[in-house]
Amino acid sequence: MSELKKSWLLHLGIVALLFVLQFVLPSYHHASMARIMVLTCYAMGYNILFGYTGLLSLGHALFFAAGMYGLSLSMQHLEWLAGPALIIGLLSGVVVSLTIGLLLLRTTGVAFMIVTLMFSQAGYLTVLYFGEFTRGDEGLVIQQELRSIAGIDLSDPTSRYFAALLLMTICIIVSLRVVQAGFGRVLVAIRENNERTRMLGYDIQRHKLSAIVLSGTMSAAAGACYCLLFGYAGATFASVQYSIFPLLWVLLGGAGTVLGPFVGTLFMFYLIDLSSGLTTAYMLIAGFSLVMLTLFAPQGLVGEIRRRGLRWLP
Amino acid sequence: MRKPTNNVSIKRNHQVDMGQVQNMTKQSSRRKAIKTLAATTALVATASSLPLFGRYSQAEASEPIKIGFQVHRTGIGAAYGRWYDRATKAAVKKINDEGGINGRKVEIIAEDDGTDPKRGAEVVEKMATQHGCDIAFGTLFSHVVIGSAPRAGELKIPYFVVSEGHHVASGMLNRYTLQPGITDVKSQVQAMAPFVSSSLGKKVTMIYPDFAFGHDHRDYFSAAIEAQGGQVVAKIAIPPTESSFTKYFPKIPRNTDVIYHVMVGPAVLTFVKEMGEFFGNSRPEIFGFIDSLEAVDLASPGLEFLEGTYFWEGNPRYAQANQSVYDKDYRTAVGVDANGASLSDSKDVSTYAHMFGCWETLHIVKAGMEASGYSGPKDRAKLIEAVEAMTLMPHSHAHPQGAKEFNGRTHQVFGHQYITKVTNSKLVLAHTTSISDTYYPDEVDYTKQPF
Amino acid sequence: MELGPYIILGLLEGLVTAAVLSLMAVGLSLVFGVMRVVNVAHGEFFMVGAVLAWWIAGSIEGNPALGFVAAMLLAPPLTAGLAVIADQLILKRIGYDPERTIVATIGLLYVIQQLTLMTFGPDARPVEAPFNNRLSIPLLEWTNDGLALYWPWGLGTTSYKIAVILAALTLLVAIWLLMTRTRYGLIMRATQLDRETALAFAIPVNRVYASVFGLGAGLAALGGVLIVPIQQAHYLMGHDPLLLSFIVVIIGGLGSLPGTIVAALLIGLSDGIISIFFSPTLAKIIATLAVAFFLVFRPQGFFGKRAL
Repeated sequence: MSELKKSWLLHLGIVALLFVLQFVLPSYHHASMARIMVLTCYAMGYNILFGYTGLLSLGHALFFAAGMYGLSLSMQHLEWLAGPALIIGLLSGVVVSLTIGLLLLRTTGVAFMIVTLMFSQAGYLTVLYFGEFTRGDEGLVIQQELRSIAGIDLSDPTSRYFAALLLMTICIIVSLRVVQAGFGRVLVAIRENNERTRMLGYDIQRHKLSAIVLSGTMSAAAGACYCLLFGYAGATFASVQYSIFPLLWVLLGGAGTVLGPFVGTLFMFYLIDLSSGLTTAYMLIAGFSLVMLTLFAPQGLVGEIRRRGLRWLP
Repeated sequence: MRKPTNNVSIKRNHQVDMGQVQNMTKQSSRRKAIKTLAATTALVATASSLPLFGRYSQAEASEPIKIGFQVHRTGIGAAYGRWYDRATKAAVKKINDEGGINGRKVEIIAEDDGTDPKRGAEVVEKMATQHGCDIAFGTLFSHVVIGSAPRAGELKIPYFVVSEGHHVASGMLNRYTLQPGITDVKSQVQAMAPFVSSSLGKKVTMIYPDFAFGHDHRDYFSAAIEAQGGQVVAKIAIPPTESSFTKYFPKIPRNTDVIYHVMVGPAVLTFVKEMGEFFGNSRPEIFGFIDSLEAVDLASPGLEFLEGTYFWEGNPRYAQANQSVYDKDYRTAVGVDANGASLSDSKDVSTYAHMFGCWETLHIVKAGMEASGYSGPKDRAKLIEAVEAMTLMPHSHAHPQGAKEFNGRTHQVFGHQYITKVTNSKLVLAHTTSISDTYYPDEVDYTKQPF
Repeated sequence: MELGPYIILGLLEGLVTAAVLSLMAVGLSLVFGVMRVVNVAHGEFFMVGAVLAWWIAGSIEGNPALGFVAAMLLAPPLTAGLAVIADQLILKRIGYDPERTIVATIGLLYVIQQLTLMTFGPDARPVEAPFNNRLSIPLLEWTNDGLALYWPWGLGTTSYKIAVILAALTLLVAIWLLMTRTRYGLIMRATQLDRETALAFAIPVNRVYASVFGLGAGLAALGGVLIVPIQQAHYLMGHDPLLLSFIVVIIGGLGSLPGTIVAALLIGLSDGIISIFFSPTLAKIIATLAVAFFLVFRPQGFFGKRAL
């Protein structure tokens, strides 16, 4: 079997497994899994830029929040239905990432980190500044009866789960296509050696910009869907903390692997969830686990699997 | 004047009402059918296997009532969370010592929400679906409440909050969310205006945090002071996470009679101290919400200038001359001394102005469960209806902060507010508002929403 | 308040911010410059310094100045020791890999915060300043009788704030001397320039790394001790200073100590000045965007030689 086939089989197999899990998971884990899948898309978006292109952003919460507020504000103030509002959420992601991306192209390395951090911080403060519309830190509630698309009630556990799975499947397919296409290989080449790639005649800036926009839009999609599925948008999601999360999830799962973001998000959620059941000092356990992981799984969980055998993992 | 957002959501609720009313009738006839069926089954079961059935019902009756407690153990709310925890444990101990609820013990299942709305929602899910809690309860910070409430509504678990936010009464939440144990910021703020304008001055400068809680102060107080013939001469919104404040104080106009301040978060003491350093010996009148110094020792260095200034307090931190026996017993039960600090560590100052809400809410839950004959999650709707039916709550051991009046339509309680004056580094009661000072017209009728 | 005095007040407040920030940022800059790793837990060392200061000052009876001096002498070395242990136990073992260091130091951040929460508690706790008099500041003005002093309303600071500025200045000079005039400084600069060549010249790079990590943490802790009488010790206090000092290091130009100090001054002062002209949150937005655009057009920072 070719590696291409193997990787499609593996990823679609995981989607199928998640599909089956829908029917067997107890309700708490069922709801948690839906949340994890949405957040995985955020991490996958992040991974396109960080894992494949090698650009470390500290400001992805800006894109997540762009999707979240694009959706919630158009529903709350323009009284739009969920479907069109979701499109607005996606478009906000495109517009914001394109604008910021054009500026970001001038920077690399640490300057790139700080500029993303600063734009995202400015975005967070803007949400607070326009508190009249956004209700700042308190945030907005999308009423349950409004959260449906084409007659499907997305606040219902089953349809929420499937909506999240659908979104994640799309993100997996997009990621796989990107990685396997020439575009993705150029991104990896940029990560490995910027200068050499340029000398080979590739338009680095255009590729970088595309990666930023793709990454930002996937993050925005996750933000918009999170808001739609769980009924809440708040400034917390635009704060620095939520820019650090996808970095952490991706590093844990394995940067530059398609499944890494999912594994990392899943791992971190249950690390906090289970350890907080054991002790009130759960952050201690979480902290120790992170340190141990860097010592014993330096490439992240999926990266470690790839290193130790499954070299064909995308 | 307040935000179109709420009006919109209220309007929408009305629009769906009609359809859902029909649904409800359908449901209730279905419920009737189920009831009949259940009764028949029970009868058959009783007849066929009496001992087994008996054992089963006994087991249910002796199982504890599980209350999921959402608590700020970590994050910026942790100082509040620790005292919410202590007040809650004390209330549960008292309730259990007095025989529990409907003969069943109460068990608290606490989960840390990290003072984060995402984790808050997850924790409510966990309580409802994994721990099998009867109700969810707790938490102060508004964003955690607002982030969690939609999930509580979807999971149909009663969610009793102790947040003092206006979010419940504004109509943005749902029928499963109630705030019966603590008054909301809108009523607190507007009740202060008469005292401020008559005793302290007409020209007010407001200093508040630049987020929703601060904006509520700004909007409701501005309106209320204008109604009293006063005027807000400057509004200074401080960005969150700010840790130095002196640079903002020159924005205070010279003609200010009164400074109205409210601040939250770990930097509150810096804020108040720097205000003192800014004014030196020539300060205007100062009126603050105790939030600015909640969990902070009034004897801290740099706070001497507060002598003679006034504070709103939800519940007076220092035991007053006319202390009620209810406050006395409540203090002892929670482990707080006459200065509002922990009995075991006089430096560990409580969040006295807020934490009574946990104690009172749990007593309301008890009263509601007893009135509705609550026996398990199937009676959740009955519990909410029983609480909605509550009105007057007299000053008592269950309500040590004072008498209250619950508005079942808006799910919000109303009560007395206390204004204290700093006298010899202690807060001494200067004025108590009446409950009617805190009223405002209803903005929602949750009882019209279906379960 | 009139504009002139207000600007002076804004500058004074900005200087206090800049003073503490520059100490912390110089620490981060050393770590970043020499070891090429981002220490996400740097803010926690700042916090540990403040918390230790509270603990030391509280356990010494008598004059508050005594406790404070003890805190200044003890808290930074203790924190530095903690950092060296972390370096030897964790960072050394992951080979100072930049990405793994981020995850490891996030883990360290969780551990330090939780331990502080469990021992010190969630409250913000004050430390009494050794001296803290309010100083009104006079200005000169022309009157009919010639020059005269007058005291504008609200223009003042405290003696302690002035002392913080002076202390930071002294410490920065000391660091500069350490870097340029001592053998240790030479070794450090050599390691920063080229790790391999330094190894070839038998410089014990691992020990240099450990000591730089300790020194950086000690400087952050010193910043924490200095600020704690103005602000309070709180287990989450490290977060914003971390971000700010990170920004300062990059704006100044990686590895450039003068650049770091200039950037700290610029960030501190602009924070004080911009807030005069705009509403507070808008001022923050403007200051944040200014930093972003500065780096967009000058990614190497003030004194950086090239984009890294």
